Amino acid sequence: MIKVENLTKYYGDLCALDNINFEVKKGEILGLLGPNGAGKTTTYRILTGYLSPTSGNIQVKDYNIYENQIEIKRLIGYLPESAPIYHDMFVFDYLNYVADIKRVEKKKKISHIQELAELCSLNEVMHMTIAELSKGYRQRVGIAHALMGDPEILIFDEPTSGLDPNQIAETREIIKRIGKKKTIVFSTHILSEAEATCDRMVILNEGKIVADNRLEDLRESLNIESFEDIFRKITKGNCK
Amino acid sequence: MKNINNIFKKEFKSYFFSPIAYIVISIFLLVVGWLFFSTFFLNRQANLSRFFSILPVALAFIIPAVTMRLFSEEINIGSYEILLTMPVTFRDIIVGKFLAALAFVGVMLAPTVIYAVTVSFMGKLDWGPVIGGYIGALLLGASYCAIGILASSITRNQVIAFITAMSICVFFTLLIDFLIFFLPNAFVGFFQYMSASFHFQNIAKGVIDSRDILYFLSVSFISLYGTNLIMQEKK
Repeated sequence: MIKVENLTKYYGDLCALDNINFEVKKGEILGLLGPNGAGKTTTYRILTGYLSPTSGNIQVKDYNIYENQIEIKRLIGYLPESAPIYHDMFVFDYLNYVADIKRVEKKKKISHIQELAELCSLNEVMHMTIAELSKGYRQRVGIAHALMGDPEILIFDEPTSGLDPNQIAETREIIKRIGKKKTIVFSTHILSEAEATCDRMVILNEGKIVADNRLEDLRESLNIESFEDIFRKITKGNCK
Repeated sequence: MKNINNIFKKEFKSYFFSPIAYIVISIFLLVVGWLFFSTFFLNRQANLSRFFSILPVALAFIIPAVTMRLFSEEINIGSYEILLTMPVTFRDIIVGKFLAALAFVGVMLAPTVIYAVTVSFMGKLDWGPVIGGYIGALLLGASYCAIGILASSITRNQVIAFITAMSICVFFTLLIDFLIFFLPNAFVGFFQYMSASFHFQNIAKGVIDSRDILYFLSVSFISLYGTNLIMQEKK
């Protein structure tokens, strides 16, 4: 479904991504993990067309990011890290605007918005402006934004960061529920969460891929039981 | 095309969601109305030429305030990322925002039609220059909106966007009035042609010349194209 090939990104002299390669298969839930500054967000931003790579390519289905950016954007629903959205809009207006841009059919639009509001428990805040919402609700508006138009691929950049334990559980529930039908790439710093939801993990460190495997295989090859220890062992190498 | 309309609708609505729109419109109407009518009766002429001579300067100050938030705010609060990752092209975004700003200018100018109606009760008003004046004002407004959008796309700081755009607009407006005295004769023609108020006054006389229209359209196009290049560069 998604094929990242020799992707490299420099910000000036700083190398954010160094020649990375990985694949995401259809229907898979992939955890893209790594310490802060490892290049996760940069990868997402290139994939969603917000940034262009210094070199390398990403193939989504039969499209590539140089020639078919709009088609790729239509396939992807993206939740950026802090879900920053327009503060001076009503939640309903915002979702309505997103539905228009993502070309949800007129007839289905209202029912689709209602469905997403139900799924993300937004019903009681539809008439409030986004500025008035708490962090958790904003995050859910962001998730509803990502799900709008029923995209095949979903990308969540730290969907549970800054949420309280109840909200984390709810968000995880949403991801699991939609993950049955979609291809999902997401990142998190909560390792138990990754363990519980991901089919496979790609671990990045300082712009390089240091692991690309299923957790069981990682455990076996390193002979370490706890995921936390595995994570620290493979990402700590250069930190000292 | 559809997405241009979607972005236009959103931006235009969001102008009226915050009090800024009403403040900007009120200030514009107060200042222009006062400047116009305070000397109107001294002239003993039933025309709007005085109004249309104030207009370029007023727009040069007001329009940058209208356009300053269009990109700067998005870049600052981070919604720029959301905007760019939705299935829209740069063209959709730029044209949509541009048309929203221009429509806002139209709304701002609309109440001043009352001046023309008032004046027409006092004497025999020649409507030709008035209609020309409004067409000119919209063309001028379009150029200033485009300049404002360009300035807004450069920075995340709205104050910088405002001051940059205002400086450029004021420069184009006053070029003919001030700079021309200091220039050797050989350059006068060139700088006169570069000046926005020169072209505006031509149209406001009621003479709609393709050269003047072309001037405003090219200023708008060049600025919007520049915005596109800046967005490209940011990637």
